[in-house]
Amino acid sequence: MQPADFLRIISVTDAGAAVVSNSTPPAITVSVNKLVEICRGLHANAETYFDQLSCVTGIDNGVEAKTMEVIYHLYSIPYNFSVALKVVLPREQPVVPTLSSVWKSANWLERETFDMYGIIFEGHPDLRRILMPADWEGYPLRKDYSEQEKYREIQVKY
Amino acid sequence: MALHSTVTQGKIQYRYKDDNLETSEPNKFRVGDLRSEEMIINIGPQHPSTHGVLRLEVISDGEVIKDLVPHIGYLHRCFEKHAESLPYNQVIPFVDRMDYVASMNSEHAYAMGVEKMLGITGLPKRVEYIRVLVAELNRIASHLIAIGTYGLDLGAFTPMFWAMRDREHILRMLEWTCGARLLYNYIWVGGLYYDIPVGFEEKCSEFVTYFRPKLKELEELLIDNKIFIDRTANVGVLPLDLAINCGATGPMLRGSGLRVDLRRTDAYSVYPELDFDIPIGEGKMGTVGDCWDRTWVRVREITESLKIIEQCVVKLNGEHKRTRDFDPQALVPKKIRPAAQDLYVRAENPKGELGFFFRADGRSDIPFRCKARSCCFVNLSILPELSKGVLIADLIAIVGSLDIVLGEVDR
Repeated sequence: MQPADFLRIISVTDAGAAVVSNSTPPAITVSVNKLVEICRGLHANAETYFDQLSCVTGIDNGVEAKTMEVIYHLYSIPYNFSVALKVVLPREQPVVPTLSSVWKSANWLERETFDMYGIIFEGHPDLRRILMPADWEGYPLRKDYSEQEKYREIQVKY
Repeated sequence: MALHSTVTQGKIQYRYKDDNLETSEPNKFRVGDLRSEEMIINIGPQHPSTHGVLRLEVISDGEVIKDLVPHIGYLHRCFEKHAESLPYNQVIPFVDRMDYVASMNSEHAYAMGVEKMLGITGLPKRVEYIRVLVAELNRIASHLIAIGTYGLDLGAFTPMFWAMRDREHILRMLEWTCGARLLYNYIWVGGLYYDIPVGFEEKCSEFVTYFRPKLKELEELLIDNKIFIDRTANVGVLPLDLAINCGATGPMLRGSGLRVDLRRTDAYSVYPELDFDIPIGEGKMGTVGDCWDRTWVRVREITESLKIIEQCVVKLNGEHKRTRDFDPQALVPKKIRPAAQDLYVRAENPKGELGFFFRADGRSDIPFRCKARSCCFVNLSILPELSKGVLIADLIAIVGSLDIVLGEVDR
């Protein structure tokens, strides 16, 4: 399938969707409020049948850009093709609906993204930190992150 | 006395407080919410059957597990953060340390990703065959650990020694290629650290001849053992639809009966030129997708890997023979600065689909973002689904059959 074919299927639900250039596999930017509907469609659509959510990636574009991104990599086992969906979020209040109702693998992958970027996945069944301790301050993979001086009397910075 | 004074006078780095665990890694379940016959049991993080530092918080009713939450992160070494401050080629040693029992496979995936970004194609076939050869050797070593320690989990002691003995041959051979036993840094972006040593091909054939009957022995001792079958058949059954929806890959997915292997579907490196089968779980001893099936798939995969190794050796001795002017570093770029792009690359690791997502900004030699999609992480997330309503002894059997390496779960 070509990127244009994915765009045709997605733009039925979200007219504002657009193909991202320079991406392997092909990526489509979608709007945040249509995300779950699009994914449910791609999961059930007989033309695509994306049955696996392989990867959820958070990206912080930095303080100047004021945006964060979440990229979802979907894989269709029967058709053997992949697509990436990209949502762009405001950096001050990054909120995106959870996909755990569509794919169960979203549960931990989204928790990890929350842990590292502080992106809130609305409706997530169990949104807790997963890799960092619960009382850790800040979100480590944000570009403006600076680690705390001490964690439980242990020196963090060396 | 002297020791005592140093302890009291010296600087104390860490003072244990009773609430430390409660605030840093709080339990998900509250004691007040439990029914009168239920209790919370903590398994791990320091327990051999958790395969590393995995902590399981279990609600049990007598011997039966009602609910379960894995707590991870005890081996979190900030791979992604490190990768954002290192040039692409210097990330490879960190990639080694993710899945430290299958480093060659992880390196292979990473190197392929960066090469794709740089547009490096047409690597010498000899390089590709060597990559596949060492990756398949490492796959066998990883599966031997999986099978050996799984036996240990279930109370079988001998298979562990047998598996370790045979794994040692592989580790020595891989040590011969690059000097390290586990963390190789052998596969570089655009090539290899060095050509395989003289006599390596012969050693590989020797190993295959030696190992085939040993594998048969191991299979007869452990896999076909009545006690082993009783402990694993019909335990931890993962139905195919759940496996796909939960993102299971590798032997987990194939154990549930789906013939999917990225070496075939993605056809990367020289795998299209090699002849091998994709074993799947068939429910020979119980239900399709039970613990026995997953272990059996691993044993069969070792056989397939041996086939691949034999074919690679033939190619490396024939068509792509060692020549005096062969330079495995010929295509290694002096400077790695990919054009601005997003790229997701994946490869079939012994434990499943290992993926790397890169974002290059086109202005620097350092990845803007490098995300590792860990197969063990996703496979472990299925554990709560698998272990509701099972006995605690079966939980150990299920955790072992997932074949997780906590280094890759936590990265």
